[in-house]
Amino acid sequence: MSDVVEKTLTALPGLLLSLDSQPGAAKLCATSRLGSLVRSITELTSKNVGEEMAEPPAGPLFHTEKPCHVRAIYCEMLGYEASFSYIHAIKLAQQGSVLEKRVGYLAVSLFLHESHDLLLLLVNTVLKDLQSTNLIEVCMALTVVSQIFPKDMIPAVLPLVEDKLTHSKEIIRRKAVLALYKFYLIAPNQVQHIHDKFRKALCDKDPGVMTASLHIYLKLIKESPESYKDLTDSFVTILKQVVGGKLPVDFNYHSVPAPWLQMQLLRILALLGKEDQRTSEMMYEVLDESLRRAEINHNITYAILYECLKTIYTIHPKSELLEKAAKCIGKFVLSPKINLKYLGLKALTYVVQQDPNLALQHQMTIIECLDHSDPIIKRETLELLYRITNGQNVSVIVEKMLDFLRLSKDEYTTIDLVGKVAELAEKYPFPYNSWFIQTMNAIFSIGGDVMQPDIPNNFLRLLAEGFDSDEEDRQLRLLAVDSYLSLLECDTSGLPQRFLQVISWVLGEFSFLKEGLEPADVVERLGKLLDDDAITTETRCWVLAAMSKLCGSSDALCKAEKVAHKYTSCLDTALRQQAVELELLGRDVDLRTRVLPQHVIGFCVWLQVDSSLSFLDGFVSDALARGAAPYKPPHQRQEELSQEKILNFEPYGLSLPVSLSACSLTDRQSPTALSLSSSLSGNSADPPLKAGSNLLKLEGVKRVWGKQGYLPEKQATEEALAQEPSSIFAPSHQQACSESQQTTFSTIVEQDQEKRQLASSLFVGLGSQNAPCLVRTVSQMSVKPTQKRSKTTSIHLTSAFAQNLSDSTSEAVPAVGNTEVVEASEVSSLSGGSGPLAQPSSQVERGLESDLPSRLPATLVGLLRSDVEELCSGESLSLSACKVFDADALVLAIFLSNISDSSIQEVSCLISSEQLKVPEMCSTFSVLSFYLNGLNPQLEGSVSCASQATQSFSLTLSLVDFIRPLPLTTEEYGKMWLSFSHDVKQNLMLLKHEEEDQLEAALTALKEKLCLHIVDVIGAEGIMACQLVSGRPCLLHCHTHGGMLAIWLRSPIADLPDCLLYHCQKAIQER
Amino acid sequence: MQFMLLFSRQGKLRLQKWYVPLSDKEKKKITRELVQTVLARKPKMCSFLEWRDLKIVYKRYASLYFCCAIEDQDNELITLEIIHRYVELLDKYFGSVCELDIIFNFEKAYFILDEFLLGGEAQETSKKNVLKAIEQADLLQENQSEDWGGLAAEEVL
Repeated sequence: MSDVVEKTLTALPGLLLSLDSQPGAAKLCATSRLGSLVRSITELTSKNVGEEMAEPPAGPLFHTEKPCHVRAIYCEMLGYEASFSYIHAIKLAQQGSVLEKRVGYLAVSLFLHESHDLLLLLVNTVLKDLQSTNLIEVCMALTVVSQIFPKDMIPAVLPLVEDKLTHSKEIIRRKAVLALYKFYLIAPNQVQHIHDKFRKALCDKDPGVMTASLHIYLKLIKESPESYKDLTDSFVTILKQVVGGKLPVDFNYHSVPAPWLQMQLLRILALLGKEDQRTSEMMYEVLDESLRRAEINHNITYAILYECLKTIYTIHPKSELLEKAAKCIGKFVLSPKINLKYLGLKALTYVVQQDPNLALQHQMTIIECLDHSDPIIKRETLELLYRITNGQNVSVIVEKMLDFLRLSKDEYTTIDLVGKVAELAEKYPFPYNSWFIQTMNAIFSIGGDVMQPDIPNNFLRLLAEGFDSDEEDRQLRLLAVDSYLSLLECDTSGLPQRFLQVISWVLGEFSFLKEGLEPADVVERLGKLLDDDAITTETRCWVLAAMSKLCGSSDALCKAEKVAHKYTSCLDTALRQQAVELELLGRDVDLRTRVLPQHVIGFCVWLQVDSSLSFLDGFVSDALARGAAPYKPPHQRQEELSQEKILNFEPYGLSLPVSLSACSLTDRQSPTALSLSSSLSGNSADPPLKAGSNLLKLEGVKRVWGKQGYLPEKQATEEALAQEPSSIFAPSHQQACSESQQTTFSTIVEQDQEKRQLASSLFVGLGSQNAPCLVRTVSQMSVKPTQKRSKTTSIHLTSAFAQNLSDSTSEAVPAVGNTEVVEASEVSSLSGGSGPLAQPSSQVERGLESDLPSRLPATLVGLLRSDVEELCSGESLSLSACKVFDADALVLAIFLSNISDSSIQEVSCLISSEQLKVPEMCSTFSVLSFYLNGLNPQLEGSVSCASQATQSFSLTLSLVDFIRPLPLTTEEYGKMWLSFSHDVKQNLMLLKHEEEDQLEAALTALKEKLCLHIVDVIGAEGIMACQLVSGRPCLLHCHTHGGMLAIWLRSPIADLPDCLLYHCQKAIQER
Repeated sequence: MQFMLLFSRQGKLRLQKWYVPLSDKEKKKITRELVQTVLARKPKMCSFLEWRDLKIVYKRYASLYFCCAIEDQDNELITLEIIHRYVELLDKYFGSVCELDIIFNFEKAYFILDEFLLGGEAQETSKKNVLKAIEQADLLQENQSEDWGGLAAEEVL
């Protein structure tokens, strides 16, 4: 490369000189040649001829002539290789006149990409031009800098570009801002120091420069909205001015003032106002104004409207705006223009999780869109349906999705949609077992080998571990076996490999369930699969593995051995191993009976797997002693690899394929995330899998998820209804709402009986389930619906009690005494029997405490509880709380009391926590279920009412609050101990040496302070067990020697032993 | 915006601008795929397409297709208007633009695009300002061309 450069560099001056003597002639012939080239190339049909033409164009003249570069660009665009001209393009930009420079820069920006070696040669030119006095040259340099510039060279030009921010010409300032924006994109930390200057750009008197600076702000605010809240006011003011038409008419586009600017501002406002009521309040007015102004029937107004809608639904909700926004969505959806319809569907998809009633309103349009001739519209409709799927309409929606999949050719769509169908099929309790099997079969045959590998894995795990009753599990497996046997009878050549693998696994594992089916038959049918040459070796392995499982009878064994024998000399090691194992199994009868016990359902469940691989410890230490490198987990290796990559100056990982895979990963939950993370999110997709990820939990655990959804929650709701006098208002509201829905149903003009049926099956169960929205519409209280997978979950308790307070005020409540309402938030539920609970010392605290029992719901009265603690109090409201330790939950009773003399109105109480997750289907009533996620969660909240400003409070929950005894026998303990992988050991000093039975005393202390269950005491050793309320166990092993207590904790959860050890230590010290 | 392509009804590429770094091979593959997909669509169909993880927004003006790739969270309608504004700019510059103008003066089309969009974002939305910037640069260019024999007129063909 450098040779070429050198040669060219030395040759060029001469060429340039010779050119200058007769410029006119050269230019003339070159220009006309371009025209003829364009013409002749256009007429060409074969690529080869074109290449000849592009290759040796005009001898030495070529290098310096502007039109020749234009030719090169043209050739490159048509797909011919023109890399030989790259270096000349750089030369031209470097040494040419302004005219040539312009073409040179253009050619460079089109030819080269960001990490091209030749770009380094451009840096000097850019530096020179940035300092030029010629405005055009500076402009060109800035343009090329903001298009392509090597990351490592940014420091070289940064000061010069920064200077340009104060240039007198606005075009230069604008381009400089955009160049900095580009720098920010590729190397954010290098422009950190100029954030102040961005602010100056934002205040620039030229609207163009200001608009350009918004690009940077959008990115910055996306990353940390908190640090830019102070700018909200400025953005709102700018938007107000723009909407009010204060900008020069130049910026109008089809008589709409600066639409691009409006859009940017709306997006920024959405980011700022998200989950922030105070900031949101600042923008309500201008958003209202924008909605009002956008009335002209033109695409551009719709574009702004759409952005406005998104903002309104993202920020803290305001009911008036939401109503207006909902009307606007109607404009989109009902528009005859197909583009607007598409955006309407997209908007609906966006808002429907918050307000499913909108989908109800437009159900007929949605049904029409399902049959639309344009697949894009169909696809978007399915996306919308996917969001409103519930237990009742799942089969119809899945059917629609599968129909679409059968017609779709696009691989990306297939992968995406198949993943969604599989998610729905697993997530919702399916109407009947055969539906599930059929759906999964359809997924496997359509998705084929392109779908995510975790789909078949999850399916097999579901089958193996089961979830409902034993009988249903058996039926499900039998159905699967039946359907696969019948599939094997037909032609199997068209089936995807993944599907064949699933089939052979299921047949190997569960075919014994079918009575009258000989294993030999199954082996024979599986054997037929192997005859097909198209089948991959991986699938062959699966088939052989299935055969080995069927070798119980001699007949089957004989057949299987015959098949396997073929592969004992196979080149593929995995396949050969499988075959050899099968042969070995055939020879050794003892081994066979041990490995293949007959007719045990879910045999794998009983397997004890030493997940810590402790039997390898010796091997590992030997290897380490011999100098082997220590093991690194894959993610660490990957990290290191990527770090190395940075050092190697590899091209940016921004290319398309990468983003594809990243996207598909986030689309579906990966199996590892499900099984490894300790997060028990409320996502109802998890439970069957979750239960499976930790086998031991299955026993003694109450069923929480049934076909109708989350069971305890419903019970709790009913209980709340029965017990709390305040909630009597709620049912009537709900009834009113469901009635109003009935009327919306009936007012829709039905065009078609079938469509109506489809509609009713699609939109069934949508309205009644979404209680938060109903509350909003009835009581005008703003409710922020909980968002799926959001990091911070917040709930507004605008529930029955709030209504009660406001309602009762209108009836002029007697101003005597304290109005108290019990607010019970149930924290997690899953239990394992009863054991001795530590009695927290209860002291009578003020007058409140004494009549507490009468205020608690009946179910909580008999339980152990902590003191009532006042969390905050203001002029009129005081809020106190107490923890009640239910066997399967931590119940937080919140007492709100009116301490003023007058009645209070509009009480709202908000509780949120970073570490606690709230299930999606959260009841409107005063019962909320939290799931323990982190180990030391903190509750934060605020309470406000009309006569008192918002007061905030916080309440720390300790791990101990969630610990419950786990009654186990010594044998069970032994089994569990082995299967847990995370352990911690520590010696604790026992202070009281004089005690006779130190162990006994220590154990008692632990038992009382931490609610542990003492399983057994053997000599100087004691074993104890406990569990989190969510059912995850932790086992303790204590041993005393010489004044020390050696504690060894084991649990399936990584952090639990550590945290518990800390509390043990505290308990022992405080003793 | 990730990239912009202009191609004719026959599938010939007329102009391409990439705002994300991609290899030549990848670019060619994407172009081929997109040209095929877009040309196969019927006139009454939606102007938006889902393609891989991107959104494609396209619009046909006479015999030319203008085609932009945006990310999922971007606004499709405003992208359509960006295309329209670009066409307006070309129209104003060339004086009722036709495909031939872009074929024979495609470097001018690039200059205009660079003045209007920079790094994938709308740089200057005022039509007047964009054209002013182009004219200034052209003026400088023409002054020099005149020294060389006034070829500007011939170049337009």
